[in-house]
Order: sequence, then structure tokens, then C-alpha cells
Amino acid sequence: MHYLPNIFFALALAVGIGFFAMNIRKLFRNIKLGKDVNRTDKKSERIKNMLMIALGQSKMVKRPFSGFLHIIVYVGFIIINIEVLEIIIDGLFGTHRVFLGFLGNALYGFLIATFEILAVLVFVVVTIFWTRRNLSNIKRFLSKEMKGWPKRDGNIILYFEMVIMTLFLVMNASDTLFQQAGIGNPISQFIVPLFDGFSLASIHTIERTAWWFHILGILVFLNYLFYSKHLHILLAFPNTYFADLNPKGQFNNLESVTNEVKLMMDPDADPYAIPAEGTEEAVLGKFGASDVADLNWVQLLNAYTCTECGRCTSSCPASLTGKELSPRKIMMDTRDRLEEVGRNIDANKGTFVDDGKQLLNDYITPEELWACTSCNACLEECPVNIDPLSIIMDMRRYLVMEESAAPQELNSMMTNIENNGAPWQYSQQDRLNWTKEE
Amino acid sequence: MNVPIMADIMAQGKQPEVLFWVGAAGSYDDRAKKISRAFVKILAHSNVDFAVLGTEESSTGDAAKRAGNEFLFQMQAMMNIDVLNGYKVKKIVTCDPHSFNTLKNEYSSLGGKYEVFHHTQFIQNLISEGRLKIDDTLLKGKRVTFHDPCYLGRANNVYESPRDLIKRLGVNLTEMKRNKSSALCCGAGGAQMFKDAEKGDKEINVLRTEDALETNPEIIATGCPYCNTMMTDGIKFKEKEAEVVVKDIAELIAEANNL
Repeated sequence: MHYLPNIFFALALAVGIGFFAMNIRKLFRNIKLGKDVNRTDKKSERIKNMLMIALGQSKMVKRPFSGFLHIIVYVGFIIINIEVLEIIIDGLFGTHRVFLGFLGNALYGFLIATFEILAVLVFVVVTIFWTRRNLSNIKRFLSKEMKGWPKRDGNIILYFEMVIMTLFLVMNASDTLFQQAGIGNPISQFIVPLFDGFSLASIHTIERTAWWFHILGILVFLNYLFYSKHLHILLAFPNTYFADLNPKGQFNNLESVTNEVKLMMDPDADPYAIPAEGTEEAVLGKFGASDVADLNWVQLLNAYTCTECGRCTSSCPASLTGKELSPRKIMMDTRDRLEEVGRNIDANKGTFVDDGKQLLNDYITPEELWACTSCNACLEECPVNIDPLSIIMDMRRYLVMEESAAPQELNSMMTNIENNGAPWQYSQQDRLNWTKEE
Repeated sequence: MNVPIMADIMAQGKQPEVLFWVGAAGSYDDRAKKISRAFVKILAHSNVDFAVLGTEESSTGDAAKRAGNEFLFQMQAMMNIDVLNGYKVKKIVTCDPHSFNTLKNEYSSLGGKYEVFHHTQFIQNLISEGRLKIDDTLLKGKRVTFHDPCYLGRANNVYESPRDLIKRLGVNLTEMKRNKSSALCCGAGGAQMFKDAEKGDKEINVLRTEDALETNPEIIATGCPYCNTMMTDGIKFKEKEAEVVVKDIAELIAEANNL
């Protein structure tokens, strides 16, 4: 009987971490549905980006107010989680504040005091975030794509953080011996008077309850990540590591097209030759992307990493002028469709069964895609280097090369380029006329 | 205007120092042609040994690529690369950030490796080499704001070359609230130049023109023929043609130096 709490704790830990691990495997599988793209070059530059942008939050502070507040929550959350290590050891072995013995009063007190101060700071900032999302008139939180679940999701995350921080402080406040020792309780000592008149036994019950709900809350939150927009706390790191390092203006050249064009332009090529089996020409897929499996795995990782902050959309010229396009929605749609495909695979014993849907039209409309000016503001603004533009371009490629579905004016422009080497209907022979005018 | 043509120069057995890539806008668009001429005046004034491809130049394929037509882009690219490599071109300068970006970044993996300059970078080099001096008296004190072309700025991180040149004109440069990496697009990129905008509540070029007008400028300076068109249209829409002009930096320098 004495070991019952320890066994229950070990079980809760195993279930909490096990379920999360299972979902992470699903996440990897879904990301791997994407096409291959090589992002293993320039390792040191990649590591530098990850350290600067993900760990160092360098792009967050481009908007100083929200950036600074975010850093408080980020630092607070990471540091306070050191405490989780102690809780896990205590829970598994039935010890109580096991680090106190190792670290001694002074150091342990300093650590817990730091956690308490951070916990209050996190609570305050999270409350400001809640106010910004729910009571202020900040446009990027009010867009169409934020209605319903995305808004609720954002709030649930904030509530989780508020509750976990509160439980941590209550747990300390109701730990009678800890309060008597008077070390590391700069905040929780002010909660103690709330328990005036309580029996020692009921204070102990409060302490145990807070302790249990604190750790269980963390495990539930861990598992909530997979279902929420909050995966960025983990995926920001690989996402910044694998991001494209080329200049933002450089769009990839489709290799499959290069092969075709070379064949077309080679006077010696036999147009009727049957490509050898297994060569790239023989397995030529479609051009561009109409569904998530046509995108590359980094684009899919981008979709899971997006935390829907909307900095992209709030700087997108199309969004700012009332067009349908919102780069954030492109990322949200990509993730929604990817998860739908993932569920389809789960339901059909590991293979995808055509559901008659795709990313194009069912999620993202051509109207959105054609509103993009390719200005790169979305990439520039994204605090974790997500690239909505490459998805837009890949889908335009599908529309044009597979469906010939470009807007009429663009078809004229392209015909002009084909016929006279200029987007307008001028003769190539007139290319030098500008030198003769004044 | 004397503009040497690559084929003629090569026929004389000579290799020019740099190829001036005029671009479709610079060749055909009435407004952009003035920019091409202003830049040629600067090149000639600085004794730069240059040439153009003339009728052998063809669209870089930038607009086709961004409209989704990768086939057409790569056909254009390979054709142009054939011509450029045939003339053993090493160094290219252009007044069009779109051509700049495409030639510099997107041709290399298709076999076209060149040192490519935007004209503001090239002019900056001319100054540092002592081949050109900008006269800072004629435009002195004029109120100027600079609109960053996306394909120069965010796309290629060139923010300082145009600003350095503007400061040398002796003018008062006031930045817009959205500038450099936060600059708002003029609305022309990604092949938008060639189509009507999607349904919305405003035109992008009008929004950007409002950014510019907030600085109370006499001159809106740009470094892109497409931005130039969009901002000029924006000024017309706002009925400010009498007070504000849109000028390329090359035009301002040619004007300041009385070329």
C-alpha cells in the first residue's frame, strides 16, 4: 500500500510520455509523406541559425513588446521545468524535495526562489497575452482563419500555463516545512495566509493535490501539444535548422523540368525514345503541388511548426489590402490537410485511400494563390523561418503546368514571352528603340 | 545615344568590362526607357566599357517563373545562358531587381554563373573607384524618401547601396515607417504587374504610396522599373502629380550631374 502513489506516478509518467511518443512518431510519419529535399549542407550555418533564431529568439524581438513578453514566458517555462526533474524523482522514489539534500539550503532556496519569481512573471505575461487575444483590437488575432478552434486553442494554452504556474506556487505555499525553513519562498509566502485556520492535515492535502495536479497538468499539456498550435516550442529548433539558406529571392529550379527542357532544346535528342525504367524521366511525377504529398518535407515541418502568431499575415501586402490571401492560413490549411491525410492512413491500416479531396480547392483556393506578390514579407517576419511563399509557388506551378489554369492576363503575358521574349506584345527587333529616343 | 552592342564589340575582337542587361521594362516601357538612358549616361560619363545584347536579349523568365510556368522560365533561362556564355560574359549590371535576382540566383544551377550587380551597387563601385563623383548641389535639400524594391531588399539583402547614393546627392532622406526589411511591396512582384489584382478593399500600390506621402516628399526614389510604375500610378491616384515625382536613383544622379 505504501508504494501505491509511486506505482501510480510511474504509470502516469509512462502513459503520458508513451502517448506523446506515439503521436510524435505519427508526426514524423506525416512529415515524411513530403518529397525529399536536401538540407544537410552548411551545418555550421544551420546550427548558428538555430541558436540565434530558435534558442536566441532573435526574430521575435523585431516586434519589441510582444517579443520581450514572449522571451519571459519562454525563459520562465524552460527554467521552471528544471523543477519537473525533481518532481519526477520525488514521485518515483517517494522522496520529498530531493534536490534540497544535494544542493543545500542556500543554492536550493535560490533556485526555487528564481522559479517562483519566474512563475509569477509567466502568469502576468500570459494574462497580458490573453488580454491581447481576447479584449484588444489586434487585427492579426481577429482574422477569418482564427475563428473557432484556432482561437480556443490559443486560449486553452494560456489557461494551461496559468493553472500550472498557480499550482506550482500553491504547492510551495502549502508545503509547511518548506515555508518554515523560509528559503526560496519570495512569492509563495504571500499565499500562506490563505490557509490560516486550516488543519495541518488539510494543508498537507492541498500540498499533495497541488503537487499531483501540477505534474499531471504538465503531462497533459505535453500531450496537448500534438493537437494544438503549440508544437513550435519543440519544432522551432529543427525548423530553423532545416530552413532554406539561399537568398530569399532565389526560388528552386524544378529538376524534372530541367531534364525536359534540355531534351527539348537538344537537336540530337530522339523525342520518341522510351526513357529507361527507373530513370527520373520514367517516374516523372506531376509538376508543382496540389496536395500535401507533393510538397517537400520541410514545407510540411513548417506547417506543424506554425504557431499561428500571424506576423506573416499582418505584413502581407495582399492581406493588408483585403485580399483573400493570408500566409498564416496557407500554413494552417497545409497542416489541417496533412493531419486529415494522416488520419486517413491510420484508419486504412497504413495506406492512404483517396478521399476525393486535396489541398488545392478544398483548402486553398486559386484566388488566394494568385493574390501573392512574392514579396517575401511573410518569410522575413516569421520568427521561426517558416516559408509560406514556396507553398504558394508550388501550387501556382501545379495550376499552370498541370491544369493550364492561370488567369487570362497571365496567359497573355506568357504567350508574349514565348513569342517575342518580352511580357508585352513588342517585337524583339525593337529591343534597341530606347537608344534612339530622347 | 551611343549604346555599344555585344555582337559588334565581339566582332572587333574586344570584350567589354560589363554587360548592361536592359530587361523588358527598360527596353519597352516608356517610363523605364528613361531609366535605361539615364544609366547609360552615367556609364558613358564614367568611361565604363559596356555593351548590351540588343535584339539578342530576351526575357529572363522571372515573371513566367513566378506565375508558375517553370517550363517557360527554364527555356528562357537556357536560351539566355547560351547567348551570355557564347559571349563569355562574366559581369552583368541591370537596373531591374527582378532581372538582378534571376540572373544572380536562378541561372547559376542551370549553367549561367555571372557576377551580377544592381545598378545602385555598380554606381557605388564607380564612386569608390574614383570614376564617378556625384554633384551634391543641384538637388541639395530636396525631400526624398526611398521605396525598397522587394527583389533588391528582402530578396537579396541590398538595403544600403541605394541609400548611400541618395545621401551623396545632398538631399534630405526621410524613411517611411515601413522600410528596409519591413518595407511594403509596391504590388507588382510575382507577376502581379501583368494582371489585375484580386478582389480586396484597396490597391497595394495606393497603400504603399500613402506610406511614402506620410514623409511629405518631393521625390520618391526607387531602384526598380516596376516599383516606379506602381508608385507613379499611386501618385496619380492620390492626385499629387504636381507636388511629388517618382524617380529612379540613376535618373537622380544623371540629373544632379547634368548628364
